[in-house]
Amino acid sequence: MSAAVEDTFEGAGRRTFALPFAGIWRNGLFAAGTWFLTAALTYGLPDVISWGATELFAVVTLVGAGIFLVLSVTVSRLGSVGRTLVHYGPWFIVLGLWLATWEVLTAKLGWLPKPFFSPPQGLLHVYVTDWDRLLVCIAYTGRLWGLGFFSGILVGFAGGVALGWSKRFAYWGMPLLKLIGPVPASAWIPCTFFIFPSTFHASIFLVALASGIPVAILTAAGVGQVNRSFYDVARTLGADNRFLIFKVAIPASLPNVFVGLFMGLYYSFAVLVVAEMLGAKFGLGWYLQFNTAYSAYANVYAALIVMALICAGLVRLLFVVRDRLLGWQKGIL
Amino acid sequence: MALALAETNAAGSIALDVEGVSHRYESGGRDLQVLDDVSLTIAPGEFVALLGPSGCGKSTLLRLAAGLEKATRGRVLEDGKPITGPNPDRILVFQDATLFPWRTVRANIATGLEARGLLTALEHRIDEVLKLVKLEGFSDFYPHQLSGGMAQRAALARALVNDPKLLLLDEPFGKLDSLTRLRMQNELLDLWKSTGFTALLVTHDVEEALLLADRVIVLSDRPASIIAQVRVDRHHPRRRDDAGLVALRRALLEKLGISHDV
Repeated sequence: MSAAVEDTFEGAGRRTFALPFAGIWRNGLFAAGTWFLTAALTYGLPDVISWGATELFAVVTLVGAGIFLVLSVTVSRLGSVGRTLVHYGPWFIVLGLWLATWEVLTAKLGWLPKPFFSPPQGLLHVYVTDWDRLLVCIAYTGRLWGLGFFSGILVGFAGGVALGWSKRFAYWGMPLLKLIGPVPASAWIPCTFFIFPSTFHASIFLVALASGIPVAILTAAGVGQVNRSFYDVARTLGADNRFLIFKVAIPASLPNVFVGLFMGLYYSFAVLVVAEMLGAKFGLGWYLQFNTAYSAYANVYAALIVMALICAGLVRLLFVVRDRLLGWQKGIL
Repeated sequence: MALALAETNAAGSIALDVEGVSHRYESGGRDLQVLDDVSLTIAPGEFVALLGPSGCGKSTLLRLAAGLEKATRGRVLEDGKPITGPNPDRILVFQDATLFPWRTVRANIATGLEARGLLTALEHRIDEVLKLVKLEGFSDFYPHQLSGGMAQRAALARALVNDPKLLLLDEPFGKLDSLTRLRMQNELLDLWKSTGFTALLVTHDVEEALLLADRVIVLSDRPASIIAQVRVDRHHPRRRDDAGLVALRRALLEKLGISHDV
């Protein structure tokens, strides 16, 4: 009987990586090489026009090269962080090559059309000179996203539970949800700016709608699919309706809820930028539009990278939350 | 609270009376009668097995006794009082362990106490039943980490922690391998002897019924009605090859429409 337990533990996915070389991390050395190449090309070759931050970019990549050089001998002593670094070794090499190629094609040779393609040092220049405005924009976007997403998923989740649990609620609510659900949130823009007192409120509503609807639909489906025997068991054990909803229906449907949350997260990003492009005074969406109008493409790319990092970070965060809450699922999936 | 528990322990078991119960389901416009005028009386502390072909409506009888459904006609009584709804005094154990997969073994067992707000007062009971079903070392395991037999023992513990006076067992060992099943049958017998609840076991395994029960009731094919009752007057532990039991087994199989060559 304990053999079965040991079996399931073996499958729990504990893998140990053996470092390829105990002493020297070869990919780290290569990465140091490609990053040094970038630094040398940036510093050694003249710029076609002034992009700014030439020396700074050379220094940054040189520091990067130095870090990889140090890591190549110390990485084996860094434990799990070291293992992660070793895993991404080839990426660091290619990243150095990519920076070098990008820098040479744009800043040094000027082969790519000029206002549209900015060299990496141009992006760095933006971060150095326009960081305060970028930070304000991130804060504004964060506020809009936070208010919209969290109010959206809260209402979506509560509505979804009600729809999945109560027949009467489902009778009236389901047709409405099926009608409204497939309409892209951005299609509501003309009405929302008329209905809501300010563009800010309208934007919050759009983000909330985009993130709330998939959560509502999947939560309702999840609650509806809960194995009836779970309810029977809980009822014979003396559970009331409250217990059945909060301790049986909701935990049982949580895997579905998270599918809805991931969908809602992606939709919220999509509608966020659109919402900010309409009449907002600050925010990453506004920053993109404003700088496109002035052909400041380095700023556009700089903002895009920030946006990509924030979105990817939020998705990662949701994965962490899911793994915490759905740890009991391991082995089922 | 401990006092109250001691009192209920003293009471221990209840009598179950089924009076002229007929039951029908309506599904998809089709009317399906599953029970036809079933009457039986079970004394407090008795172990009764319901034997019958699969799908004959045995499980329905358990659901009625558990209070999960109301009989279309007739009455089901506990100690003379009609059963109106589910109550932790009467607990159903299913063929599948149906442990809540998001709860650890301990939390699963705690469900009944938690639902009735008795968790803080009776938490020590959890450790007691864990020991009773020999799962002491597994209280923090999730159901997917348990083998079939362990899961079923956890399900039994989840029922027993509530001190049920009537345990309704719906083919509880039906999905276990034959060795585990033999062991679990003995464990169930020990639990019954030590705790003294009334037991109503649904099974289609003639041997299981004869090994465990004081009385075996044979039900017909759907709609189920009682076609035979056999009292098993043998002391525990019983042996499978006991001549009397073998004769009973042959008689019961015949009642179920299976010829003697089996």
